[in-house]
Amino acid sequence: MNLLSLFRRNNSAPVARERLQVLLAHERAFVGKSDLLAVLQEEIIAVIAKHVTIERDKVQITLDRGDPVSTLEIDVEIPSAAATKARRREPSMSAVAS
Amino acid sequence: MATVLVVTSGKGGVGKTTSTAALGAALAQSGQNVVVVDFDVGLRNLDLVMGAERRVVFDLINVVQGDAKLPQALIRDKRIDTLSLLPASQTRDKDALTAEGVERVIGELRERFDWVICDSPAGIERGATLAMRHADAAVVVTNPEVSSVRDSDRIIGMLDSKTAKAEKGERIEKHLLLTRYDPVRATRGEMLKTEDVLEILSIPLLGIIPESEEVLRSSNLGTPVTLGNPNSPAGRAYFEAARRLKGETLVVTVPAERKSIMGRLFGRRAVA
Repeated sequence: MNLLSLFRRNNSAPVARERLQVLLAHERAFVGKSDLLAVLQEEIIAVIAKHVTIERDKVQITLDRGDPVSTLEIDVEIPSAAATKARRREPSMSAVAS
Repeated sequence: MATVLVVTSGKGGVGKTTSTAALGAALAQSGQNVVVVDFDVGLRNLDLVMGAERRVVFDLINVVQGDAKLPQALIRDKRIDTLSLLPASQTRDKDALTAEGVERVIGELRERFDWVICDSPAGIERGATLAMRHADAAVVVTNPEVSSVRDSDRIIGMLDSKTAKAEKGERIEKHLLLTRYDPVRATRGEMLKTEDVLEILSIPLLGIIPESEEVLRSSNLGTPVTLGNPNSPAGRAYFEAARRLKGETLVVTVPAERKSIMGRLFGRRAVA
């Protein structure tokens, strides 16, 4: 800890302000509409499920609502065709929406 | 021409009822005919803050459902004769409020008073939407704190879409009342500043009510702060806000405690 961090310790207001600005920009855009990212997530998984059998609990979804871009990362584990139960992990698929 | 004003916030505990009582009493002291209406059905508290809890006979629900006439339910304040209270029901639930009934009661109140101030319940459910439904103007009570600002933003969106005025394509007048503000902590960067909240919510500022012991003291006593201690910082801030509601243009300041020299030297308050 240096002298500067002593002064900076309590400066949480700017963080609050920035978090609110980002959050509210999203909430205002999606009022009354379905969330674009949620729709994308559902549809992308539906497309994959059409071609391969995927288990819902093998799908990892991370969402980061940010400024200026948001990222939706969908990580789907697709079981290999081999008779063994060993599972191969496919490269993750990411969709980016602004 | 009466003005129907809703005092709302989304979040609970930010000071809607306190502000309704203080603004109502301030307007009434300036000679205006004022009624404060409690829309928090099932959890009424405006009667308590106004010091009229022992005088409630009929309530808003009785009038909405036609079981009592409006004059029977109105409680005239004992200290200011231009101030009245229409209490909420403590035993019924919010479903007892009907849209048509509320519209009729607000219409009747408009004929009798200059100001109809509706104290909204927290949340965005039926009670809150009906409280704002017929408003001409809104006071959005906000604390300089993230969850309060977020909820206020949501409420501002509802004021612009769910009110009778908005549905007619008219704009409802919105005012920000920043409560529980601590200028010292804001300067230190520990609390959102007035400018931060204004920039985020982008509605005009009605006033800044400093965090004050007088506010709790007032509700303990059942006396609106503008009546019990008009010269306290919070009292002065509410009086100025009331003047702005009437259309006066005043520079917004944060009223400070008037401290003696000894108070300045030893006046560090303990934080509970």
